Amino acid sequence: MNNLRLPFFLLALLGSLALAEELEFSAADTAWMLVATGLVLLMTPGLAFFYGGLVRSKNVLNTMMMCFSALGFVAVAWALLGYTLALSGEGNFIGDLRYIFLSNVGLENKGAIADISIPHMLWMIFQGTFAIITAALVSGAVVERMRFPAFLLFITLWSLLVYAPIAKWVWGGGFLADLGAWDFAGGTVVHINAGIAAVVAALVLGVRKDFGRQAILPHNVPLVLLGAALLWFGWFGFNAGSAWTASATAGLALTNTILAPAATIVVWSLIDLIRTGRVTAVGLATAIVVGLVVITPAAAFVAPVYALVMGALGAFPSYYVLLWRARSSLDDSLDVFAAHGVAGITGAVLTGVFAQESVNGLFNGLIGGNPAQVLIQAFAALIAVLYSGAATFALLKLVGAITPLKAAAKEEGVGMDITQHGEEAYTSGEGAILLGSEGAVPATKPRPVGGTD
Amino acid sequence: MKLIVAIIRSEKLNDVLEALFKADVRGLTISRVQGHGGETERVETYRGTTVKMELSEKVRLEIGVSDHFVEPTVQAILAGARTGEVGDGKIFVLPLEKVYRIRTGEQDTAAVTPVS
Repeated sequence: MNNLRLPFFLLALLGSLALAEELEFSAADTAWMLVATGLVLLMTPGLAFFYGGLVRSKNVLNTMMMCFSALGFVAVAWALLGYTLALSGEGNFIGDLRYIFLSNVGLENKGAIADISIPHMLWMIFQGTFAIITAALVSGAVVERMRFPAFLLFITLWSLLVYAPIAKWVWGGGFLADLGAWDFAGGTVVHINAGIAAVVAALVLGVRKDFGRQAILPHNVPLVLLGAALLWFGWFGFNAGSAWTASATAGLALTNTILAPAATIVVWSLIDLIRTGRVTAVGLATAIVVGLVVITPAAAFVAPVYALVMGALGAFPSYYVLLWRARSSLDDSLDVFAAHGVAGITGAVLTGVFAQESVNGLFNGLIGGNPAQVLIQAFAALIAVLYSGAATFALLKLVGAITPLKAAAKEEGVGMDITQHGEEAYTSGEGAILLGSEGAVPATKPRPVGGTD
Repeated sequence: MKLIVAIIRSEKLNDVLEALFKADVRGLTISRVQGHGGETERVETYRGTTVKMELSEKVRLEIGVSDHFVEPTVQAILAGARTGEVGDGKIFVLPLEKVYRIRTGEQDTAAVTPVS
């Protein structure tokens, strides 16, 4: 997403012109954004595979369901209320209700908060796919122990109360945009936000019963690699789509979206090699995600050679936070903080270092002679950290007052697939006695509690 | 010498192994098995097909021990595998006629005594 100062900036360049030129409707832009929207949506199932492979086999369905449910619950919340809260009005902190229930969202390329050349409705749903993936990202911190009904309530409300305001501040013409913080595709709104919410959720929920007592290993590493591949592919829509146009900007963003993770893979592998003598598959899959997160805020703001530098530098903080986390008592189970929070902050700050006006036509970073940009970027990141942390904490306390957050230790032991969903991922079907259609059971309502085997 | 066969919950395997290693029981074999032992039924649904799972996933441990190791081994399994719910499993202690260590040809007690 372009920072919304963009139109004003261009306006200033045009000098005495009284009116901003409105963009013409563009079929080419619309065609690309139709594809980009589909690509970003694919990231959420991709994330489900990434997370699903990292958990134990008794919890894989529960973990994947957390992502897949976001495709429903968050999308509906976005259409009904989230969009208008995030991307409408002149307010600095929260939108108004002009687009509630999608009213006033039409097929013209007019009426949206930003100047666009594609149908307003398409822009709305493109933005919606970002809300979905962000909420799904948080699930990585609560897998293998959070009760499913509590999770559904949590992410639905989280997308409205935490995601929407931060999106407003950065992309909706809010106070962080006014400040001059730049976030091309969502480093602050999506990744720092999700990473901090993950830490808070892990702390509020507490550790899994086996955490620190037993080795908890990924049950399917090929699934993790498949997920990383789908995430990378979808990220082309996420970053290059954030140009909102089929343009040179999109071309630069896509190039950087390949080069930055490539550099992260190389550096991550070398750190692995020097530290342990072996390059690991789970490590490489993680490196891809870290590189993608790092380049997200800078995708169309930096030259490709600096995308390589950003990807390379980005490997270090996440790598070492990951090592620290594994030895700590913080059960951020799938390392959402290291992969998204830390890499998001790294990316946001490095955007302020490597941005060049000669490349993006908008603003300079440190190497372009504007060191203040680094501080502005860091300040915006700090605001996101503070708000996301506090609001996520309050929201979890609220949800916890309505329904218990955590499954019983016994249910955790049996596995969340059986206790939360009444399904198994890898069942042979042996010993299954047919009971007939679903409607016939209510006499003995299935009680999904632990200790049944 | 006895052969101790235990059927336990798969999620308690780590606790049992820990208890066994603390009791210095080093030689054992495990296998994943399915069985039924009077547990309350578990109902699963797959797109309108509802089934009652009559077989549960269990882990079977086989441990050959010398006589004075029988009691510590049994106690370790009891301690590690118990949850108090139906379905915790069984321990069978069987007489053992002969044991050979393949590597050395040692027999009986010498064959089940771990190499230190």
